[in-house]
Amino acid sequence: MTILSKESAQDVLVDVQNVKKYFPIKGGILKRTIGHLKAVDDVSFHIHKGETLGIVGESGSGKSTLGRVILRLLDPTEGSIQFSGTEISHLKRRHFRPYRRDMQIVFQDPFASLNSKMSVAELIEEPLLVQTSLTRLERKEKAIEIIEKVGLRAADRLKYPHEFSGGQRQRISIARALITNPKFVICDEPVSALDVSIQAQVLNLMKDLQEDLGLTYLFIAHDLSVVKHISDRVAVMYLGRIVEIADKHSLYSNPLHPYTQALLTSIPVIDTDENPAPKEEKIKLTGDLPNPANPPSGCTFRTRCPLAHDRCAVERPELTELEKGHFVSCHLYTQEK
Amino acid sequence: MQSNPQEIQPENPETNPNANKEKSNSPFQLALRRFLKNKMALISVFILLIIIILCILAPVFTDLDPEKTNLLLIEKGPSEEHILGTNGMGQDNFSRLLYGGRISLIVGLSAMFFTLVIGVVLGSIGGYYGGIIDNIIMRATDIMLMLPFLVLALTIMAIVDKVTIGLFVAIIALTAWPNLTRIIRGMYLSLREQEFVLGARAIGASDFRIIFKHFIPNAIGPIIVNATLMMATMIIAESALSFIGFGIPQPTPTWGNMISEAQNIRILRNHPEAWIPPGLGILVTVLAINFIGDGLRDAFDPKSNRR
Ligand SMILES: Nc1ncnc2c1ncn2[C@@H]1O[C@H](COP(=O)(O)OP(=O)(O)OP(=O)(O)O)[C@@H](O)[C@H]1O
Ligand SMILES: [Mg+2]
Repeated sequence: MTILSKESAQDVLVDVQNVKKYFPIKGGILKRTIGHLKAVDDVSFHIHKGETLGIVGESGSGKSTLGRVILRLLDPTEGSIQFSGTEISHLKRRHFRPYRRDMQIVFQDPFASLNSKMSVAELIEEPLLVQTSLTRLERKEKAIEIIEKVGLRAADRLKYPHEFSGGQRQRISIARALITNPKFVICDEPVSALDVSIQAQVLNLMKDLQEDLGLTYLFIAHDLSVVKHISDRVAVMYLGRIVEIADKHSLYSNPLHPYTQALLTSIPVIDTDENPAPKEEKIKLTGDLPNPANPPSGCTFRTRCPLAHDRCAVERPELTELEKGHFVSCHLYTQEK
Repeated sequence: MQSNPQEIQPENPETNPNANKEKSNSPFQLALRRFLKNKMALISVFILLIIIILCILAPVFTDLDPEKTNLLLIEKGPSEEHILGTNGMGQDNFSRLLYGGRISLIVGLSAMFFTLVIGVVLGSIGGYYGGIIDNIIMRATDIMLMLPFLVLALTIMAIVDKVTIGLFVAIIALTAWPNLTRIIRGMYLSLREQEFVLGARAIGASDFRIIFKHFIPNAIGPIIVNATLMMATMIIAESALSFIGFGIPQPTPTWGNMISEAQNIRILRNHPEAWIPPGLGILVTVLAINFIGDGLRDAFDPKSNRR
């Protein structure tokens, strides 16, 4: 299954194909592997240069795991990950290291993602110290430049993380991620922990920086409203799989998967010309995410799907292209074989 | 959240009350400031310093050789020359008190130091790398923790005919490292999952850098506290072993030796000046170290230092 159309292949920066990440479940007194938790199960997508792909899904759907696998903070169980045309999924740690300059991450929790024992200067300059041979003075200059770019003051360099608010800390994290001039940044729910008023400021900052620096984003969030402003395309994840991926406009105006429809009805939508409200009747999401260690057979969403039928329990739906660039994995749209 | 982000005014820089303060607010400085506010701990530091100075400068306070025996002066009471009297071999109790304190402190300090080195190294390796190495280290600590300390110590000291200070330190360090190793490993296991450590790996930091710049500074509070409290335990272990006759042997003075020499009812009754001072020495030193440990614990307490 490849989503990539031929003509756009040149400007693809990140290409993820059939990536799986299974965590072993240990049990018994001998701590033997008794099963697998399929945190990411056969995920494929690509991201063009300068584009933002939003990834949305409930807690536990495997979004962070996916991001960590792409950055090789976790090793994929299977699958291929290409960055700028190079296969990186099996590179040895030592060989992958140079790529880390080009791929960075901003984490969700601004209170846990900065080492509280390091000053802002140390935090922001650390990537340069580790990755480059710049002198102390050059590092300082670069740090001041980026600190001001993310909306902090140069004097803040000497302070420590506990002296900042959540929003400001997230700016420090962004500065730290951007100081090596990366091409690709994974934003793992960078605003989820922030107040709503601060969320918009940080999102705007990230958008501005993207334009200024030509960044490519993989933007993770747990609801569709946050990714709406920043994304070009959006993928919806459920229990480790992508159930729908499409151009933003197509996804918001014409959501096909019942899960996407349910996610969209849970956010208030202002019906304007630019954002027409979805015409589908409302679907309410009931119940909890099933245990990822023991997912339902067939379509994993069927246990919560109001439109589920017999086939959904038996056969796993494939991700298929219904409209141009709009992929969905749901039996409602496919013929029985 | 539906509002257009474009309409939001630029963030007014959240002004920080500490912005113009000259004082450094590094977490270490904050901990130090909290420690300096703790009266009990400060008094303890002061008392411990006095004890240390007395012991280090022992030759200044007494001219007498603590190991020199004099059969003409056995179990004498206090006199001008021997202010705390003499022991059963005619050695001067006062000079033995000062020089003995030296040995007790050296034993405590060096045993703590070796335990710390072993604990930090093995705990770091196990906690950071996990897997087989961690398994081996943990099984080793299990075995060490199962061996009864006393039996092990007694056996070794019974085999060796002359127990030196070095051997003695090695034995207590050998029995104490598993605890500290486990504590440090446990802290690392939880640190390893934290986002800032993932962040360090995401920028390509080396294992060495992650351990020294990210793990140790974040675990240093509990490490220091445990090491301090361990030193107190070591001093007690020294005196306990000496008391039952398995410590550093005569003629070397230690506080434990002095008390064990007073183990007969005649000296206990008639010569309190021979055993009360070393007893007090142990008691006060151990108490002071414990108070300092508590003070350090409060100073490093993460609850009062929001990350
Ligand atoms: N190191 C790990 N070992 C075992 N299971 C893990 C590990 N990391 C994640 N998981 C499991 O994988 C699943 C996906 O987790 P993940 O953190 O990727 O979800 P998420 O979509 O990012 O959720 P959230 O919105 O809460 O951040 C969860 O069920 C989680 O328990
Ligand atoms: Mg997550």
